[in-house]
Amino acid sequence: MDTILSGVELLMRWDVMAALLIGSIGGVIIGAIPGVGAAVAIAILLPATFSLDPIVGLTILLGIYGSSMYGGALPAILINTPGTAVNALTTYDGYPMTKRGEARRALALAYGASFWGGVFGILCLILLSPLLALIAPHFGSREIFLAALLGIILVVLAHRGQVFAAGMLAAFGILLHTVGLDVKYNQRMTFDQSWLTGGFNLIVVVLGLFALSQAFLLLTDKDNTPEPQPITGSILSGMKELWVYRKVATAAGSFGVLMGMVPGVGEFTAQFLSYTYARKQSKTPELFGDGAPEGLIASEAANNAVPAAAMIPLLALGIPGEALTAMMLSVFYVHNVIPGPQLFQNQLDFVYALYIAMLLLNVIVMVFLIFSTNLLTKIIQVPTRFLGMIILILSFVGVYSLRNSVVDCVIASAFGLLGLVLKRLNLPLVPIILGMVLGGIMEVKLRSSMVRVKTPLDFVERPIAAILALMILLVIAMHIRTLVKEHKTRLAEADIDHDLHDTQQR
Amino acid sequence: MIKAKTLQDLFKRYRRPGDLVFAIVFLVFSIAMAASLGSQVKWTSSKIFSEPAFWPYVSVICMLVFSALHLVSSLASPVIAGRWREVGFWIRSVEFAVWFMVYVLMVPRLGYLPSTIIFALALTSRLGYRQAKYLGAATLFAIGVVLVFKTFLQVKVPGGQIYEYLPTAARSFMLTYF
Repeated sequence: MDTILSGVELLMRWDVMAALLIGSIGGVIIGAIPGVGAAVAIAILLPATFSLDPIVGLTILLGIYGSSMYGGALPAILINTPGTAVNALTTYDGYPMTKRGEARRALALAYGASFWGGVFGILCLILLSPLLALIAPHFGSREIFLAALLGIILVVLAHRGQVFAAGMLAAFGILLHTVGLDVKYNQRMTFDQSWLTGGFNLIVVVLGLFALSQAFLLLTDKDNTPEPQPITGSILSGMKELWVYRKVATAAGSFGVLMGMVPGVGEFTAQFLSYTYARKQSKTPELFGDGAPEGLIASEAANNAVPAAAMIPLLALGIPGEALTAMMLSVFYVHNVIPGPQLFQNQLDFVYALYIAMLLLNVIVMVFLIFSTNLLTKIIQVPTRFLGMIILILSFVGVYSLRNSVVDCVIASAFGLLGLVLKRLNLPLVPIILGMVLGGIMEVKLRSSMVRVKTPLDFVERPIAAILALMILLVIAMHIRTLVKEHKTRLAEADIDHDLHDTQQR
Repeated sequence: MIKAKTLQDLFKRYRRPGDLVFAIVFLVFSIAMAASLGSQVKWTSSKIFSEPAFWPYVSVICMLVFSALHLVSSLASPVIAGRWREVGFWIRSVEFAVWFMVYVLMVPRLGYLPSTIIFALALTSRLGYRQAKYLGAATLFAIGVVLVFKTFLQVKVPGGQIYEYLPTAARSFMLTYF
């Protein structure tokens, strides 16, 4: 209890409160504008947060991360365009409800489910934290290496239908990490180019892949101005209906927490599992995809429970599970706060402060949304090419303020063009970033763990290492089994709608 | 309309036009990386897993294997119309990378505030938004960005060379805040 109170004390500062307010409200607005996801906003703001206290900088970024999905539900429901990638499933049931004249009901349920999922996730984590503080110190180099390896494998396998592409992009990310001087100060993959000696900066790559690519994409593509209809009636009163679907919301929140904790998995798998569960439990499964409230709730509660859970591998082991937490990892490193077992042992109050900040942001976002939904429908009416200009100017601050380097800007532009191609092909960007970050972790941890390893079996002699190794084998075996099963029930190529998903374009 | 028959289909990401071109380019890049491995990394001891050369080899081998499989799957799949139109889209986007680099080169010369205003107005006009409301919004946005990041947050953006021609008091003010 003392640790929790100490965490609250860390938050009781005007700058932290201001960061919380700016991050959470800014996140909702960013999430609501189709074309600007949390990744774009966090990538741009990263360098600006380096000059702030770690708790202030992380609160802003967490605010954006946790609240963008609330905002993303708005265009998903009103105009059939998800505000962020993870709101794609919300369109399946949300938009049909709008077409039936139930837009207010759909929004109220989506906001309510998001709040339920978000708060449920954080409460689970506050309860789990003492346990994590006990387990985390048992993770040595071998265990962290295996956890990172599991993360890489999962991020590749999680991209269904694009496993080969995800694999080659994750390997490309690992290659990017190896460029520069190695531990023995030898040139590695530098091709005698002095500008490659320092390697590729993660933030420059992130800004190029996420922010600049989005700007280029919007600027090159056709113009489009979203025009949602205003909402009439009270959103708050509509939320009462969520109580009827509390079982679905709680189950979806649980899937969100479980999947968020596993590196490399995240929102899509959580949504997949909770949507499947909700459809199986429903008395009207035929309504799913055609405006089923349970489908909408399952999607929103699951994805909002993930951000808090995704902080677990990051804080407890120093392993980011997806692109946004990988970006946050750089904020920790800049401030010399090294996430990992030591953080959970020695600075548990800091961890609690982050959780409480996430709890508060959910409350702020709900209050904001109840009163400002109609205002948001006006804000999102920015023409997309004009939005591209805005992102381009903001990206400059991110890249150039880092080191005032023109070379960084050229590299970021090159990655921006690569990101544009990948987005147009609907190929994932996240494996590149996770390859870079987890590749670095794997290299360091494998090297340090090999000191005490004489035979291959020594590597898995400790229980946690053995469990992780078994999980890796199990995940691969399950994937092969699923492939065989799907092969028997696959659709004919002509029946496949290749435009069904554009989840990588936000 | 959703044509998926199984729930798994809802979560798959299917191919897009231009997939084959990208698959070829990536495989060629992987082969080039593999060919240069010998000259770009050094093996210095017998502890293979601790070697700095280990991870470049692992990553390039994985790139080769996966990109070859990706290319095979692209070749084996039916052609999706619009391949070269898509490549044209990629090439057209280079224009905006050039715009970005021009902006990057302008800032240390003209200063952050003037460069941002000029850039925002020029790009807004180029995009076809020539009405006063868009040009006004672009100007206000440019000023807002400079005020937030440079004046308030003091991010590291150098002052413009052009500020050197200002009177002393105005020069230091502009160098610090704009």
